[in-house]
Amino acid sequence: MAIINMRKMAVDQAGTIVDIKVGGELGRRIRDMGLVPGTRVKVQGRAPLNDPVALRLMGFTLTLRNNEADHIDVEVEG
Amino acid sequence: MEKTVALAGNPNSGKTTLFNELTGARQHVGNYPGVTVEKKEGVCLENGARLKVVDLPGTYSLTAYSLEEVVARDFLVREKPATVINIVDASNLERNLYLTVQFMELGVPLCIALNMMDVAENRGIDIDVEKLSHLMGMPVLPIVARNGRGKRELVAAASGLIRTPEKSPPLVISYGADIDLALAEMEGKITGAGFLAGAYPARWVALKYLEKDKQIRELGHASDAAFAAELEEVAERLAHHLETTLQTDPEAMIVDHRYGYIRSLMQQGVVSYRGDQSRLHVSDKIDKVVTNRFLGPLIMAGVVFGLYHFTFTYSEVPVGWVEDFFGWLGALAEAHLPDGLFKSMMISGVIDGVGGVLGFVPLILFMFFGIALLEDSGYLARVAFMLDRVFRVFGLHGSSVMPFIISGGIAGGCAVPGVMAARTLKSPKERLATLLTVPFMNCGAKLPVFALLVAAFFGDHRASVMFLITVISWIGALLAARLLRSTLIRGAATPFVMELPPYRLPTFRGLLIHTWERTWQYIKKAGTVILGISILLWAMMTFPGLPEERLAGFERQRQEILASAPASSVAELATEAEELSAETQALRDRLLEVDAAAAEAALRNSLAGRIGTSLEGVSRLAGFDWRTNIALLGGFAAKEVVVSTLGTAYSMSEVDPEETAALSARLAANPAWDPLVAWSLILFTIFYAPCFVTVVCIARESGSWKWGAFSMIFNTALAFALSVTVYQLGSLSGYWGG
Ligand SMILES: Nc1nc2c(ncn2[C@@H]2O[C@H](COP(=O)(O)OP(=O)(O)OP(=O)(O)O)[C@@H](O)[C@H]2O)c(=O)[nH]1
Repeated sequence: MAIINMRKMAVDQAGTIVDIKVGGELGRRIRDMGLVPGTRVKVQGRAPLNDPVALRLMGFTLTLRNNEADHIDVEVEG
Repeated sequence: MEKTVALAGNPNSGKTTLFNELTGARQHVGNYPGVTVEKKEGVCLENGARLKVVDLPGTYSLTAYSLEEVVARDFLVREKPATVINIVDASNLERNLYLTVQFMELGVPLCIALNMMDVAENRGIDIDVEKLSHLMGMPVLPIVARNGRGKRELVAAASGLIRTPEKSPPLVISYGADIDLALAEMEGKITGAGFLAGAYPARWVALKYLEKDKQIRELGHASDAAFAAELEEVAERLAHHLETTLQTDPEAMIVDHRYGYIRSLMQQGVVSYRGDQSRLHVSDKIDKVVTNRFLGPLIMAGVVFGLYHFTFTYSEVPVGWVEDFFGWLGALAEAHLPDGLFKSMMISGVIDGVGGVLGFVPLILFMFFGIALLEDSGYLARVAFMLDRVFRVFGLHGSSVMPFIISGGIAGGCAVPGVMAARTLKSPKERLATLLTVPFMNCGAKLPVFALLVAAFFGDHRASVMFLITVISWIGALLAARLLRSTLIRGAATPFVMELPPYRLPTFRGLLIHTWERTWQYIKKAGTVILGISILLWAMMTFPGLPEERLAGFERQRQEILASAPASSVAELATEAEELSAETQALRDRLLEVDAAAAEAALRNSLAGRIGTSLEGVSRLAGFDWRTNIALLGGFAAKEVVVSTLGTAYSMSEVDPEETAALSARLAANPAWDPLVAWSLILFTIFYAPCFVTVVCIARESGSWKWGAFSMIFNTALAFALSVTVYQLGSLSGYWGG
């Protein structure tokens, strides 16, 4: 099981968040939306220009820019 | 006394729907004091008792980072509502409860309205309501806000809560040994010192100190600086400790533990699932197509074009009614008021001015309806998602696209609804930059100006020049946004951490309420200021009148013409018949020429004329003479006025903005005009100060007149710089024989 950066995740790939390496406002907003260690996420799709990315977690869909996803490490499945 | 019930919850949880359901038509929209966040209040009748219902802004959390969150928690703390109904989306329980837990820590009297039960059922999510209620220690009422199911029980539970005297104490969550220790220490100190007492629970204040909450720290500093410093020191110590031992900070740990707390509740069997939970929801299937790499942009173009078409085509008829009504009113005034200044003021100042503003109403109504449809269905969030990458380059946000299109991004449109559409943007910096740059788009009122100039000087390339004008305005707007975002409105991009709500079929009633609310606000806001300004502009173009001897001079010319004409023609003219003989027609035309010359002289002599003339020294740099100057000044009232004022300044009687062929011909023949001057004026028209309705709207939407004034000055300066550059370079290179 590999730990990779969220930006590198492929569409339809799923995994569990292990670390979020940013604080301040961005870190807070990311965490407030449920992106905390232990949350399972799946990449739902990407915008036509590849950025932002749409994630599925806890039953809802969240969008995130690639440079924001950079701060998140995910342990991917399979 | 009337008790207050606050509705609070995540965005898209159905708060507005429940609010409408509870209050019906008995509602009122305003602003929270000092900020542009909307505040909705209404009254709910229950067993003869009246409850005041306040709709708090939708938020995911209660930090000090966003205006909405600060407004929501300030309301809870300061107004102390008798109870808070927390709307929780049942199909999305975990994340919604994150806010609930924060309310519990704040210790507000709470009950949960478990909304979207129908959606949860469809998705095979079963929620044990009793267990949830027991675990959370508060009433939980399942509802479907959309059809009113469970509403009565909810109101009864909320009223019951109001009548219960003993309030449950604030929730205490464990945040891990280190933080708990610091919290206990701070809590003891705060309680002992009575710090910020009365407003906030002690542990909550301590938590906010650990979270580095700006607002609470400032409040604390203002109330007792020495004590606040002590608390800050404890917080710093903990932050340092966590950084060195765990490479994390208190704020992050607090969030993690809150979610951990919710997870532990969930694991006690609150939710059970039926069927395959990994299958795609309908909404996801739609997204596979609608945000597809190739189809997505095509569909988006279609939808945008559709909205545009819908707004501007179907509103034409009612716009016509409004115009006809004011035309009729004008004719009535024309026929019944005695000649003189009062009449002129009523017609040109009041009726034309107010008519101009109200003329926008049908347009705005249609546009808001279209936007409400896109917004409530969830599509607007997809548009933002798809276009964010492009707009971000210019310091804007994906959601900026709608305001730009509506303002005339394709051609024809209006900056007034455009500015108001910027409300859908939640990020303050991007929103302000959008507000300030949408007026560069080519609204419907600028088009007659372009049409006039293009017909006069670029008759052979009409379509391509018009297209070029559109491209120039887009490039200008985007670059101006970039400039603003790297100077005055500097700052990192607001995070694009945004929910894509599932597609939902909006309710017609919801759409109507949404639309009407916004339209009414426009009428109220714009109506008052605009009456004053349009009278002011009228006065500037009227006073001072021509001196007696010059009036007498024009009168003498009329008499001479009449005296030299055959008596039969004069008599025929007096009958005011529709059909005139050729001779009489010629006589009438000569008289009209004198009238037009008198109007030109009066305009030049008026305050506006004098300003125009005195600016000539400067405006020559861009190739504009006094006539153009006055016309541009008039364009501040409404851009199409540029054309009619140019007409007056060139002694043409009554130029209809739609019928400008004669004026076109005159400009083309005038030696003072050439294609270079035309380009200079086109550029100026694209970029200079927005019309005053737009300025008023910018001021209202940004919450400050400063930005309204800024848009006038900045835009005019930018426009002038561009026009001068083009004119001077063009003249230098001798192109077009300049
Ligand atoms: N199926 C279903 N849809 C609902 C229910 N309640 C609300 N909706 C729909 O959910 C969408 C969002 O509802 P709103 O009331 O606008 O949500 P809100 O919380 O006010 O959202 P913001 O205005 O963004 O804060 C609308 O399309 C509603 O029609 C419900 O109980 N069941």
